[in-house]
Amino acid sequence: MKAHVSPNDRDVVRRLVAAFPSGDVAPSSALRAQLAARAEREGLLDLAYRTVESPFGPLLLAASRSGLVRVAFAREGHAEVLERLASEISSRILLAPQRLDDAARQLDEYFERRRKRFELALDLQLAHGFRRTVLTRLQRIAYGETTSYAQLARAAGKPAAVRAAGSACAHNPLPLVVPCHRVVRSDGTIGEYLGGSQAKRALLALEAAA
Amino acid sequence: MRRPFDEIVTEHGPAVMRVCRALLGSADAQDAWSETFMAALKAYPRLREDSNVRGWLVTIAQRKAIDQLRAAARAPAASAEPSEPAAASAAPAEPDSALRAALDALPPMQRGAVIHRYLGDLPHVDVALLLGCSEAAARRNAADGIASLRKRIRKEDR
Repeated sequence: MKAHVSPNDRDVVRRLVAAFPSGDVAPSSALRAQLAARAEREGLLDLAYRTVESPFGPLLLAASRSGLVRVAFAREGHAEVLERLASEISSRILLAPQRLDDAARQLDEYFERRRKRFELALDLQLAHGFRRTVLTRLQRIAYGETTSYAQLARAAGKPAAVRAAGSACAHNPLPLVVPCHRVVRSDGTIGEYLGGSQAKRALLALEAAA
Repeated sequence: MRRPFDEIVTEHGPAVMRVCRALLGSADAQDAWSETFMAALKAYPRLREDSNVRGWLVTIAQRKAIDQLRAAARAPAASAEPSEPAAASAAPAEPDSALRAALDALPPMQRGAVIHRYLGDLPHVDVALLLGCSEAAARRNAADGIASLRKRIRKEDR
């Protein structure tokens, strides 16, 4: 039940709230950055995240202590992705750009065609079993090349598991960095992509032009 | 499902900062706020899912504020020593020292009830837990505290 507050008292409450400001704890404030830096120093930052701009809209990047663990397109819903990370890995998540500086810089270089391979520690803990095997195979597809889902399944040791290989790509926690965009359909059509088929086409064009 | 800690800081950080500012001075408030959220980050994965997060955070903040006041009382000369490098963000100046003085002049239970109810934005039932009194007493103390603040401010405005 709300207490009965007279109009006069409401003015007092408003003045009270104004007298004790809290703007110094806004999301990108120095105080928040200090908190994240201290959490990192004290070993309490299980997941660091930041967003970066890309030709395909903002990307969410998240890293565990072992490496980059998630890259997400905006259409996946960054808030939802963070919530899933909280339940699947750890809720100790803070906006902490430094841990992702390298990844951000290398992605920039990639989009500017100045980088053909990523040199980043990756944490594949979000993929299990066959899906993880598929991700490690994907990493061997060179820049500018493509393969088919059937070839990918064969390379991952299960030639019959073409659909499962496709599904591993569709659930790739590290798109762009683990290049699932280099897998196309055997009939030559482009196939699905986490970032949308337009993004996939643009990525293949970017790599072909380099 | 447990929410990312970052969201918790965004949602509750401002209220916790107001409480810290009211309980302490403006500069010490940033320290208390940081201590509060570090302690909370540490304990967060073990917090029960159905917990009242705001109440939990303000409880920690109140404890951290008391720790700081005690430490300051033990070492009264400390403030005269050269202070540590200033926090990266300057603490905003308190614009309303008259109101602050009026708040600090309230009887302790009224001051606590006003701070937790209106700056911490907590329901009376949580304020009661923080102050160790009944819900009715928390409600009364908050109302009396606001009424008293209003009188003091009006007197001064005349």
